[in-house]
Amino acid sequence: MQTSSTLFEKVWADHVVVPETADTPAVLYIDLHIIHEVTSPQAFSVLREKGLPVRRPDLTLPTLDHSTPTTPVSSFKDLLVAGEGAANQVRQMEQNCREFGLDLLGYGSGKRGIVHVIGPELGATQPGKTIVCGDSHSSTHGAFGALAFGIGTTEVGHVLATQCLLQRKPKTLAVDIDGRLPDGVYAKDLILAIIGRIGVDGGTGHVIEYRGEAISALDMEARMTICNMSIEGGARAGLIAPDDTTVDYLHGRERAPQGADWDAAVSRWQKLRTDDGAAFDKSTSINASALSPMVTFGTNPGMVVAIDEAVPTGSDASFRKALDYMQVESGKPMTANAVDVVFVGSCTNGRLSDIEEAARVLEGRSVAKGVRMMVVPGSEQVKAAAEARGLDRIIAAAGAEWREAGCSMCIGMNGDIAKPGQLSVSTSNRNFEGRQGVGARTVLASPATAAASAIAGHVADPRKFL
Amino acid sequence: MNPVRHIAGRSVVLPTRDIDTDQIIAARFLTTTSREGLGEHLFHDLRRNKDGSRNEEFVLNRPDSDSCTILVAGKNFGCGSSREHAPWALLDYGFKAVISSEIADIFRNNALKNGLVAIVVDDDTHAWLLENPGAALGIDVESATLTLPDGRTIGFELDKFARYCLIEGLDQLGFLQQHIDRIERFEESRPWTP
Ligand code: SF4
Repeated sequence: MQTSSTLFEKVWADHVVVPETADTPAVLYIDLHIIHEVTSPQAFSVLREKGLPVRRPDLTLPTLDHSTPTTPVSSFKDLLVAGEGAANQVRQMEQNCREFGLDLLGYGSGKRGIVHVIGPELGATQPGKTIVCGDSHSSTHGAFGALAFGIGTTEVGHVLATQCLLQRKPKTLAVDIDGRLPDGVYAKDLILAIIGRIGVDGGTGHVIEYRGEAISALDMEARMTICNMSIEGGARAGLIAPDDTTVDYLHGRERAPQGADWDAAVSRWQKLRTDDGAAFDKSTSINASALSPMVTFGTNPGMVVAIDEAVPTGSDASFRKALDYMQVESGKPMTANAVDVVFVGSCTNGRLSDIEEAARVLEGRSVAKGVRMMVVPGSEQVKAAAEARGLDRIIAAAGAEWREAGCSMCIGMNGDIAKPGQLSVSTSNRNFEGRQGVGARTVLASPATAAASAIAGHVADPRKFL
Repeated sequence: MNPVRHIAGRSVVLPTRDIDTDQIIAARFLTTTSREGLGEHLFHDLRRNKDGSRNEEFVLNRPDSDSCTILVAGKNFGCGSSREHAPWALLDYGFKAVISSEIADIFRNNALKNGLVAIVVDDDTHAWLLENPGAALGIDVESATLTLPDGRTIGFELDKFARYCLIEGLDQLGFLQQHIDRIERFEESRPWTP
C-alpha cells in the first residue's frame, strides 16, 4: 500500500543516512552548507585541532555578510570601520577558506551577499535539497521546497567534517492561506499576521508548510520573505512546494543544473508535493484577502497590529515591559509614532523586488526632515541589478542612503545601528530589545510601509502612497 | 566536553518570558573568533543601565546571586537566533543548567551540545520555581529528575541521546564519524547530488 506523505517527510526520507532510533537521532545528509564569518571560526578551530579536512568543499558555500561594513570597502582600513573584531573575523574567514580549499564569495567576487540571498540567486538553492547555515533564517531556502534550517557552530563543524547532522525528526504544521493579498499588502504583512496568529512559540518543534491560493500567487522573492520568518514563529523550517514559478526562477542560474541534468531535476522536483490525504501534526488557516499592512508594536515579532488598528491592551508584566521599552501606547494606532531611522534590507526584504517596492513609494518624494533612511541591498548582485534599473538614483534623490550589500542594521554588528531611544522602522525580522542598537526601538514592516514611514516622518500606511 | 551527571546548586530567577538570544548575548559581542570570555557580556543590556553603570536591581547583580548555577527563566527562553554564543556565554558566566516551561529548539540543542543542561518542566513546577528564587535544587541527568528542596523529585524529558552524551561527555562529531562508511555509500547512491 502506498502511504501518503507530506513534502517535508519526502525530503527528510530522501536524506536519511542512518535512521533514528529511540536511543539515537538520525544521521541526515546535507546537500548545501552556507557559511559566514560570525558563526564558523570556532568550527574551523575544531577541524584544525582534530586534523580534519572539509569533507565536501563543493557543497560548501562561504561568504561574508554579518559583520561587514556597508560603506564601500576598497582597503583593509575600510574594514576597520566596523571595528577590530569584525575586521578580524573577515581576515579569519579568508584564511580559513584558503586553508581548507573553499571558494569564498568575498570582496571582489561580485557575488558576495547575505547567506540567504546568494544561495537562491546563484541557483544553489534547489527543491528537495537539505540546506543548513549557522543562521536561524536559513528557513528562507524552504521557499524552494528545500528542507532548510539554522544550526549552531558545533553543528557547522559536524557538517564541515562529515556533510551530515544528527537530527530528531520534527513535527509538521500546515498553514493554509486562502484569498489574495490586497494592493499595498505584501508577503511581509502576511507572515507578520501569521506569527501574530500562532505566536512566537506556535511552531516550536515543527516544520511549517505554507500552502494555498495566496502562496501560489506569490513570486519566489515573496515566498522567501514568508519562509524566512518561520523561525519567528518558533519553527525551525518553513516549506513551500515547488511549482512552475520555482522552476522558472531557477532556470539558467549559474549553479542550477544544466542541459539533460536540468530536465532530470525538474521531473524530480515535480514529485515534491504533499500527497492528498497526508496528515500534519497541526494545522491552521488564515485568509489573505482581509489583511491590512502589518507592523509590530512590541519587542517580539508576535506583537503585531494592523496599521489602521489600535495597539492592544495587555496586562501581564512582559507585555507592559515591551510597551514601556517601545514607548508605545495601548489604544492608539502605531501611526501615532514618530520615526527616526528607516532600514530597508536584510535576508527578509533585501532583494530586488523589495527595493523596487520601496523605490516606487520614494519616487518623486523626499524623506522627512530628521529621518535617516538606509537602503541596503541583500547582495552585490541585487545591488548591480537595482542600479541597472536606476533604483539607486530614485533612492538617493529622495534623500535616502544607498549602501553596499550586507546584513547591516538587521543585526547591527557592523556599526550600522540606531541610537538609544530612536525609533526604527525596519524591513528585517527581529524587533528584540537592543537588536538594532542599545535602546533602539524597532518596528518591523514591509519595504513599502518602511518607505512610506520615511516620507511621512511617522509610521505610515503605504496604501496612501501608491 | 566534560561529563555532566549531577548538578546541585541554587537557582536564580529571571521570570520574563520570551528572553531571546539577543538579550542573552547582544550581537555587538559576536565579533569574536573564540568561545571564551563571553560571560562578561551575558545579559549585558539588562545588567547595565543606559549610562553603562551597573543596574543593581537586576537579579544577577544582587550579591546573593553570585554563587547560583541554575537559571530559572520565563517561558520560551532562548528564542531567536542560532548563535551558539548564547549557551557559551551562560556557561562562561558559571551557569550549569537552565530550567523553563518551554525552551526554544535551536538554543536547547546548542546548549545540550555544550554541556549546559537545558530542561523543560511542567507548568506547576515552573510556577513554583519562579516563586522560589535561591532554592537549592538537584538535577540528575541519568534519571532525568529534578529534586526540589523538600525532597520531591520531578521527572523531565531529556532525549536519550543527549542524555548519553552528557553523561559520557561524548563528542557528537566522533559519533558521526563512526558512520563515515554509510555516508560514503549514501553519496554514491545519489548520482544527482551536485
Ligand atoms: S540579514 Fe539578519 S537575519 Fe538575515 S542573515 Fe543577516 S543577520 Fe541573519
